[in-house]
Amino acid sequence: MSEVKKIATRASYGNALVELGKKHDNLVVLDADLAAATQTGVFKKEFPERHIDCGIAECNMMGIAAGIATTGKVPFVSSFAMFAAGRAFEQVRNSVGYPHLNVKIGATHAGISVGEDGATHQCNEDIALMRTIPGMTIINPSDDVEAKAAVEAAYEMDGPVYLRFGRLAVPVINDKPDYKFEIGKGVLLKEGTDVTIVATGLCVGGAVEAAEKLAADGINAEVINIHTIKPLDEEIILNSAKKTGKVVVAEEHSVIGGLGSAVCDCLSEKMPTPVCKIGVNDVFGESGPAVKLLEKYGLDAQGIYEKVKGFMGK
Amino acid sequence: MENLELQKTANEIRKGIVTAVHAAKAGHPGGSLSAADVYTYLYFEEMNIDPKDPKKADRDRFVLSKGHTAPGLYSTLANRGYFPVEDLTTLRQIGSHLQGHPCIQHTPGIDMSSGSLGQGISTAVGMAMSAKLSNDSYRVYTLLGDGEIQEGQVWEAAMFAGHRKLDNLVVIVDNNGLQIDGKIEDVCSPYPIDKKFEAFNFHVINVEDGNDFDQLRAAFKEAKETKGMPTAIVMKTVKGKGISYMENQAGWHGKAPNDDEYAQAMEELKKAGEALCQK
Repeated sequence: MSEVKKIATRASYGNALVELGKKHDNLVVLDADLAAATQTGVFKKEFPERHIDCGIAECNMMGIAAGIATTGKVPFVSSFAMFAAGRAFEQVRNSVGYPHLNVKIGATHAGISVGEDGATHQCNEDIALMRTIPGMTIINPSDDVEAKAAVEAAYEMDGPVYLRFGRLAVPVINDKPDYKFEIGKGVLLKEGTDVTIVATGLCVGGAVEAAEKLAADGINAEVINIHTIKPLDEEIILNSAKKTGKVVVAEEHSVIGGLGSAVCDCLSEKMPTPVCKIGVNDVFGESGPAVKLLEKYGLDAQGIYEKVKGFMGK
Repeated sequence: MENLELQKTANEIRKGIVTAVHAAKAGHPGGSLSAADVYTYLYFEEMNIDPKDPKKADRDRFVLSKGHTAPGLYSTLANRGYFPVEDLTTLRQIGSHLQGHPCIQHTPGIDMSSGSLGQGISTAVGMAMSAKLSNDSYRVYTLLGDGEIQEGQVWEAAMFAGHRKLDNLVVIVDNNGLQIDGKIEDVCSPYPIDKKFEAFNFHVINVEDGNDFDQLRAAFKEAKETKGMPTAIVMKTVKGKGISYMENQAGWHGKAPNDDEYAQAMEELKKAGEALCQK
């Protein structure tokens, strides 16, 4: 079996910006002293005049992006999820969200797969925070292909977008000729009848793998990739839940306020269905190699597999 | 515009402020009145704007970082012809385009939503930066309260503006000396304000009387002539300027006059206007 190609979605972000920058003069990139980590360094190298390093001042950076957006340029603001969504939350809400400005937030190093840096830098709350801002689009791509497509789609749409990227290299799973990315449209990756696994971001790969293991045990799981958390593709979730009657949601985010909550919001109102949420269980993360952390916190394929089995009463 | 005309205009703008806040039964008259003269100077003399084309691309921009003094800006925009003066009595009412704090989506002439203190200056810096990126000639003005500069984000923005040598940016500090809880030097002193901006690589102009048009004219002229660095105009003003019982009273930061107080305020402004007409 050939080695699976792995790329961190933060790298996809930087590469996609370079490609978009070639096509669009009005695209500018902002960083807060993390261009090397957010991988926008490649853009800086290619377009130094359109790369603005704001220094270690994320709140100001968000405001600068808002001001730039009012003049018709399209700023991509880059930082770690912790600082983009966390520290600068109120700037995102009041200077970007309320005026509904065309600012794209590229938030890298989301979730516990940040790894060794530990809990202070592992943001498991960003989706929850961003979901509460009216008019905010939230995209959490699952691999390199999807991340690049998401960056381009974010540029093409008018309005604020929160793009969530990871530090850890993850398998490329969407390199298929028929792959199509559309904001707000979930992707049915595997059909099944016994249980629906709704996954986002880094957990999508794990969910697909878990479904294969479940199949060997006689459990036929349907797998849906929800890359756009807001606006949520309710139709694909409701249709699947109607068929399977059981829904598992897997995400590298707190079980409070993330995709799991969004799916519960939808199902509880429109089609009450038993739901099992897989995520970070209202705890802070810790230091360690990313892969080991994902294993410990039950967010890898094995963790998803075991949780689904338990949920199915098997 | 001659000073006398500017003074008459500012007096009308003050009437609009008091009328709007009285009608709303809420709002911030003190800081609106202290800045009424600088609003007047900016919109009737200094800025390249067109009320008939509020979004014209090459217009100068204004961001009211101290967004709570929106009544002052609204009254200025109304008197400048962006929308009817009659709209001012709808301030803070449901369905009005005049929100409690400025909103870019609601009000003609508003260049940025603001009001959460410390954020407006960053957005103004962003506009100035954008102009530099594409060699646009417009200038950007932002007005801050002296209490507002207690916010750390102000200094993040100042550091960036100084570093980037944004000489198309003018930061104005309305130094009326009072914030909600009292005198700024008693609450948490931001003094010396001028030296702080100097340290952040601004050209600083101290204006002894920010309610005087000769001094404002000189300051903005000097700002325009300043190259290679942003300008900070630190202007001493009188909070509540023009209404005797509001002047230098922290209690009038965010309080509406009752009917009697309103009548007195309007009478004072009427007399001030008549005095100007006899000059």
